[in-house]
Amino acid sequence: MACEQWRSQLDTYLDGELSAESMRTLDAHLRTCPDCTADVLSRVQLRRSVKAAGTRFRPSSEFRSKVQKQIGTKRRWSWNLGWTLATATLAILLLASGINNYFAKQGLREQQLYSELADLHVATLGSANPVDVLSSDRHTVKPWFQGKIPFTFNLPELQNSEFTLLGGRVAYLEQSSGAHLIYQVRKHEISVFIFPDTTAIASLGDSSKARQQQTFNVASWAQGGLRYVVFGDTSADDIQKLSSLLKSAGHA
Amino acid sequence: MCVFFDQLYNFAHWLAQNRDEAEDLVQETYAKALRGFSSYQQGTNFRAWMYRILRNTFLTSRTGLKATQTVPLENDEDGPILAVADTQTPEAILIDRSNQALLESAIDELPVHYREVLLLCEVEEMSYQEIAETIAVPIGTVMSRLSRARVALRASVRQKLQRT
Repeated sequence: MACEQWRSQLDTYLDGELSAESMRTLDAHLRTCPDCTADVLSRVQLRRSVKAAGTRFRPSSEFRSKVQKQIGTKRRWSWNLGWTLATATLAILLLASGINNYFAKQGLREQQLYSELADLHVATLGSANPVDVLSSDRHTVKPWFQGKIPFTFNLPELQNSEFTLLGGRVAYLEQSSGAHLIYQVRKHEISVFIFPDTTAIASLGDSSKARQQQTFNVASWAQGGLRYVVFGDTSADDIQKLSSLLKSAGHA
Repeated sequence: MCVFFDQLYNFAHWLAQNRDEAEDLVQETYAKALRGFSSYQQGTNFRAWMYRILRNTFLTSRTGLKATQTVPLENDEDGPILAVADTQTPEAILIDRSNQALLESAIDELPVHYREVLLLCEVEEMSYQEIAETIAVPIGTVMSRLSRARVALRASVRQKLQRT
């Protein structure tokens, strides 16, 4: 893509709102294009200044007390439970929003990482050759990664479970190489990603229970300096079971 | 309440461009939020809900009506964003503390629809989705409005810097 076309997307890029794929391509472009990089730097500088200028107004302490009193008065006037509950919930939500604001950036980062993992998962399953080592034997799959990734890991014994190992491939996330394993349960394929638990990748957060991300069910945890992410369209229960198997193998 | 209250006040002041009106806006926003709490759907974005109340209160105020009536929205707002790409060469726009006032006046002079998306994005650090919920427009409109706001801001800052 020519620089002119990228220029129109630089602000969206800085807002963190480009697709993971476009983010990667634009990152690569910026590494080789001094003009666009200079443009990005100029935009970053202007943003910082806008942020500083934009937080210009502060409420006076008198006004703050006035509003606090206004909320307090309403509570004294209305003894009914509905009001009390509404006010209490509002206060909790206000506090949560404050905290939420602090962590908004963190949340955005987490979303970007999950979006990249979703892309890896879908692109791999859609590929004619989804895995580079095709084997259901963990003793074949694990050694295949030797020399390809900078760590080693344990895989669970699946003989008495409904999961089957289909194979694996090397995947990249945040400039780190890691293992991408594909498991099958009934007709569903599940991705298991294992990466070094770097600061950037740790933004994925720990969730002992499977939860929804990008419409997929996922579980993510850190164990022995590695970050495990189990990702698939199967039920939360399946994700949970496979996660437990991987966790016990990781302790072995 | 503190963090959120300050932010809401700051946004109100940028919209109303006046301390007294900003205070009225925030006060009314809190009153409406308490009164209409039942209309808040649990699980949806609470921050966007509060900002939406504030913004709607502003838009129906005398100052708000005046601000929106005097600045008609461009009718090609939902058009392709490329059409408003900033084609200027990427010369650095050097803003330091000494000309912070220049930037403040450039933001102040932006039409209110541009000013609000710019502030929601860059000061409140809302995602496009959150902004769309707050100002009740599709994400595409948020993107094109934001893009136009930035082009307008850069042009204004350049012009002001040339004059100094």
